[in-house]
Amino acid sequence: MTLEIIGISVLWLFLFGYVIVASIDFGAGFFNAYSTLRGKQNILTKVIQRYLSPVWEVTNVFLVFFFVGIVGFFPKTAYYYGTTLLVPISLGIILLAIRGAYYAFTTYGGLKSKKYIYLYGLTGLIIPASLSIVLTISEGGFVTMEEYGPNLHYWTLFTSPLTWSIVFLSLTAVLYISSVFLTWYANQAKDETATNLMRIYALCWAAPLILTAVGIIVELRSHNPEHYRQLMDLWWLFGLSFVLFAGTVYFIWKRKSYGIAVGLLISQFLLAFFAYGISHFPYLLYPFLTIYDGFTNKAMAISLIIAFIAGLLLLIPSLILLLRLFLFNKNYVEGKKVDNA
Amino acid sequence: MANEETVFFSRILTELTLSFHIIYATIGVGIPLMIMIAQWVGIKKQDKHYILLARRWARGFVITVAVGVVTGTAIGLQLSLLWPNFMELAGNVIALPLFLETFAFFFEAIFLGIYLYTWDRFEDQRKHLMLLIPVALGASFSAVFITMVNAFMNSPQGFDIVNGQLTNINPIVAVFNPSMPTKVSHVLITAYMTCAFVLASIGAIRLIKGSKHVYHKKALFLTLKLGLLFSIVTAILGDFSGKYLAEYQPEKLAAAEWHFETQEGAPLLFYGVLENGQVKYAITIPYALSILAHLKPNAEVIGLDQFPNDEEPPLYIHYLFDIMVTIGMLMVFIAFIYCIGTWRKWRFVLSNWFKWIIVLGGPLSILAIEAGWWLDEVGRQPWILRGIMKTKDAATTNTHVDTMLILFAGLYLILGIGSIVVLTRMFRKNTVEQELADHGLEKAGDSL
Repeated sequence: MTLEIIGISVLWLFLFGYVIVASIDFGAGFFNAYSTLRGKQNILTKVIQRYLSPVWEVTNVFLVFFFVGIVGFFPKTAYYYGTTLLVPISLGIILLAIRGAYYAFTTYGGLKSKKYIYLYGLTGLIIPASLSIVLTISEGGFVTMEEYGPNLHYWTLFTSPLTWSIVFLSLTAVLYISSVFLTWYANQAKDETATNLMRIYALCWAAPLILTAVGIIVELRSHNPEHYRQLMDLWWLFGLSFVLFAGTVYFIWKRKSYGIAVGLLISQFLLAFFAYGISHFPYLLYPFLTIYDGFTNKAMAISLIIAFIAGLLLLIPSLILLLRLFLFNKNYVEGKKVDNA
Repeated sequence: MANEETVFFSRILTELTLSFHIIYATIGVGIPLMIMIAQWVGIKKQDKHYILLARRWARGFVITVAVGVVTGTAIGLQLSLLWPNFMELAGNVIALPLFLETFAFFFEAIFLGIYLYTWDRFEDQRKHLMLLIPVALGASFSAVFITMVNAFMNSPQGFDIVNGQLTNINPIVAVFNPSMPTKVSHVLITAYMTCAFVLASIGAIRLIKGSKHVYHKKALFLTLKLGLLFSIVTAILGDFSGKYLAEYQPEKLAAAEWHFETQEGAPLLFYGVLENGQVKYAITIPYALSILAHLKPNAEVIGLDQFPNDEEPPLYIHYLFDIMVTIGMLMVFIAFIYCIGTWRKWRFVLSNWFKWIIVLGGPLSILAIEAGWWLDEVGRQPWILRGIMKTKDAATTNTHVDTMLILFAGLYLILGIGSIVVLTRMFRKNTVEQELADHGLEKAGDSL
């Protein structure tokens, strides 16, 4: 394994972590807003708040970790992506900032109004859509090299079917991941009405998820044949991912083993996410930047990897403690103990 | 090409983001330590007032942390979005502390979540206090790592450039660059100092507003004692910073001091204005600049005459330097008078007019932090990486920076107003008296 591969694998793993935890957060916000709109607010709010409160800040860190890490391991991405992504990423940051800050304002600061619930719900859909643009751009065809530097063509991007199919996948994935997870969490909390509601949402979003995923493969075929070919070489990984998906739906449908369903869900996305990542290899940005010519020097790579291992030794026990105290603590999940400041 | 405009807007946007972020970041670095001290005093003295103090600070802290986190994410990404050429180079040489900062932040975030949601979970309160240690460590180390990157921008080392190519990169040498020790310690200690004075300012307001509760008196005395300690350390560190600058960045010291001609036995200028290149109305302290720079009254201090015109920092940084130093000295003085006055039972330290001065100390300390960072950043111009890369060559070529500037300005306005409204509401609705009654704590220690 080369240093380049170690670097990109670590980053990809953290991005996967972000996709999962952020999806739960984004989706939870949306379902909370939607059920408030339908007048069923009290069914979900408690469960969602109890899950989100201690972990919301951690979610953001996964994202920060990814973008700081990618500039460290692949400094040239700062040049290519930094120049071209100014507008989409700035919009993403602004929305994330409003969402994050107002979450704290309402949860800890007692700012109570339905408009914040809707704001939270709406940003939960717009943020994944705007962040997913980065994946679209990485497929190539939207950036040209001019004499002053890389230039992004907004109109081409906006009118491309690939853009929209990736946006739709990001939305269905957010809603599906979130609803499956919350079904399990609500069940842990022994909240039957919330479990039933989330279960229906999970089943509703299962088919759209697969449809949008297939849609992207179709779009890639014409947009980036090279990537499409490599994607097809890994068909068995996607097949396996689909089997895991079917397993999740089965358990949710049968109302049993929600814990296993969540495990299958995470494995399903892990497989698909890595299959997509591997098929993207070696390009960071088609056709300008590969992980080899964008890589940092050896001294920096080694020091980053050492820092990473040392960091993990510190973080993993802390994360386990966090999960044990809140996610797997019966009294807390069931809402019997509230010890907040 | 319109690149000059892009550079200009990139600078304004970065300056705006940093100026806004630094308020919340400073609070985020210092408050956990204050909470820890209050909670520790509370446990040691078995005084529930200090415990409640810690608890109320923690509650307010969450709000400022939220804004700090989201604006920190913004500046982190903006570095790549606005200064891609700089970040490409920085990524190669100084990525290590940036990367470590995310770990420190991660660590802090995890334990902050745990700390906030386990207030009454433990029989032994010391266990709960232990959970705060990683929060305070994570917060302080975030500041340490980020300041290392800033120090690198002021005194880059740990690499060579041969024919435009980076070689001989040593990430560790880059981290331990000459300006690192003074800068890191200065940033940390001033953050603690500022937080102490901001919290003192809140306590003083409550007392002015008519509360006679001993809770506020305890809060005020504790924070001002800490403020005195940290402001004295700050003054000592400021002296070291002067010596560092004289050695490694003489043009920044010279510009901040309006020291135009290289000379021995150089005087220190305080205040004054610059008219047509002539300094007027300044207070001149003979030999003081030589002492500040080299500890010897007759030492030679390099002036701006040694630098080409296009490498001189803007001269207005002298005013920023004056603001920072004046406020720093003033805060030492106020805290000193209060502590001595309380000890010697001077009556005027209990008067309302003196409390108003303490109230002003909070915002003034934050102003000093702002002035200090502007001095640091503007004083490095025209360089983004001193001696290596100029700011104008580092900026993006994207032409939409002006629009983003407007959007971000709107964002900071929303966050600024939102956080102030929420914080005032939080504490106005739930007064100390009310909360003490709820907890049945009225009988806790009644004296200071």
